[in-house]
Amino acid sequence: MKHRIALTIGPASFRIGAAWRAPVARLAALYHDYPAPPGGIADFTVRLDPVRPWRRYIRPSIHITGDHGLADAAPMALAHGLLAAEMGMNLQMALGWRRHLLLHAACVEKDGRALLMTGESGSGKSTLAAMLGERGWRFMGDEFALLDPATGAVHAFPRLISLKNSAIAAMEAQVADAARFGPLLRGTAKGDIRHLRPRADAIARMDRPATPALLLFPRYGQPVDIRPVDPGECFMRLTQASTNYTALGEAGFDCLSRFVQTIPAQAIDFPDGNSALALVDDLWNALR
Amino acid sequence: MSAALLVAALRDPASVAGLSGAQWNALIAAARAERLIGTLAFRLEGVAVPPAVRPILADARFDAAREAQTALWEADRAAAALAPLAIPVILLKGTAYAAAGLLAAPLSPALGRFIGDLDILVPRDALDAVEAALLDAGWEWVKPDPYDDAYYRQWMHELPPLIHRDRDRMIDVHHTILPLTARPKPDIAAMIAASIALPGGLRILSLEHRVCHAAAHLLADGDLAGGLRNLWDIHCLCSASGAAQEDFTLSLMEEAARHDLAAPVARALRLAHHLYGTPVKAYSAPISLDLRLRPSDRLFLTRLLARDGWGRETHKALRQLFYVRSHLLRMPPPMLARHLLTKWRKGHRPG
Repeated sequence: MKHRIALTIGPASFRIGAAWRAPVARLAALYHDYPAPPGGIADFTVRLDPVRPWRRYIRPSIHITGDHGLADAAPMALAHGLLAAEMGMNLQMALGWRRHLLLHAACVEKDGRALLMTGESGSGKSTLAAMLGERGWRFMGDEFALLDPATGAVHAFPRLISLKNSAIAAMEAQVADAARFGPLLRGTAKGDIRHLRPRADAIARMDRPATPALLLFPRYGQPVDIRPVDPGECFMRLTQASTNYTALGEAGFDCLSRFVQTIPAQAIDFPDGNSALALVDDLWNALR
Repeated sequence: MSAALLVAALRDPASVAGLSGAQWNALIAAARAERLIGTLAFRLEGVAVPPAVRPILADARFDAAREAQTALWEADRAAAALAPLAIPVILLKGTAYAAAGLLAAPLSPALGRFIGDLDILVPRDALDAVEAALLDAGWEWVKPDPYDDAYYRQWMHELPPLIHRDRDRMIDVHHTILPLTARPKPDIAAMIAASIALPGGLRILSLEHRVCHAAAHLLADGDLAGGLRNLWDIHCLCSASGAAQEDFTLSLMEEAARHDLAAPVARALRLAHHLYGTPVKAYSAPISLDLRLRPSDRLFLTRLLARDGWGRETHKALRQLFYVRSHLLRMPPPMLARHLLTKWRKGHRPG
């Protein structure tokens, strides 16, 4: 394809081709510090094609596809090209990755131990991981946590952080370096979105796994509350939060069983970012 | 050109030595797009490949093994549901290859093969009983449109597809191997009579009839989507140990003629011989089988290889032509006109 870029994020590598220059230029700027795939060979191909040949020029509209695609993928505006590329990479991981058990979770690490946060879009896990990533934790990802079925370790997938709506202003106030932000994408299917590049240390250390230590089910916009979640409920919720649990078969079952039986889990409700940070601090310190 | 890379790698695994990174990307994208990545992964087992390629192929082998396991379990469930009817139940296509116990044989079509739906063949006079037994065992209709449903029942070679409500797997129940509206009229009773029993009660078609069915499916029915995969099946079937015997091609062509399928089978052999080097012998007597390509074969080859280095479909106009051809094969023109008009009114647009 005419416009292309290849990059490595954690253990996975992608080549992304687009019919337009702009999305690839955005990727090149924001993924500047990410290494190229080893030997130039990528695990996945992502394509940003016009939905119809003429829609390359007239009212440009992106069809996200690649090695793996969805028949009913919604077309995206060219102005949201960066988001389309991110969704394209997520799609390949969700449908094609087999080397780890994929959990739809945000993840941060401190002292080699990992805190995982899982929940629906809007639960606050992305924002919380971004905030922790600016406060002495290593950001490991806000979309997928990768569990190694052989070792139980969690591997990083530190894509750009996808900040939504009110989280955008919150993080703009905390991150001084404007070059780490992508363009403000208004009016996407999930409202306003702005991408944030993780700190340099998160990228430099992205191939280092961590040992899972705590699992949280955050819920934003509620009065403060903490509730332990038993292993059975964890298991059920995580099978639903995993896109490849079924595809991994027995290995997935063993990996997830071991995870829920060894990692303590809490559901936390919070009305704002600061109370969430305080809750995380308390629960983390109580682990030792 | 990436589909050509894929054909070369399948035909001669050693040919991947010295591929550049860009060529590997193209080969992998084409193999995934043609759903031949599992097949490629098994073909390249034991061949030296770059470190970044190894896990990609290992993943594909893992997926293929799981798919075969799932397909065989689905066949087992269908067998259990249909056992009380005491009729022959014949597995077709991917599941048949897996069930034939050839998973470990070299150059088996089952090795790494993508398996989508469960396809079975039953005698036509048992269709109503089969349908009732499957509905009873948890399969459900997925074609809510009354026109589609009626079309299947009146003109097709299979029931409208059913999906199992718990396992979410689709079953296609065939009563013959080509739509009733197609010109060739295979003698399906003879094929059922010649089918082979597997341990466990299910059956598969004879080797000759498996090739006939694959060729009919590829060249006398569809629009050549997935053509490289279907042709690889034919290549493997014709290269299998049973087919190595001297007179296999003769008996294959004899069966093809008997079932009105001499032309598609001969073309399939020419294309497979040309692309994959399938070991078939040319004959002039007692039958004539000329393996030299005909001018029209060039169109088929171009269509089969219409895939670029990003896995994208190329030759759009030719693809459209084969799409139209698939409909002409299925229906006489007046019927096709009526069908297209009905579909158009319902908002269906091709491609």
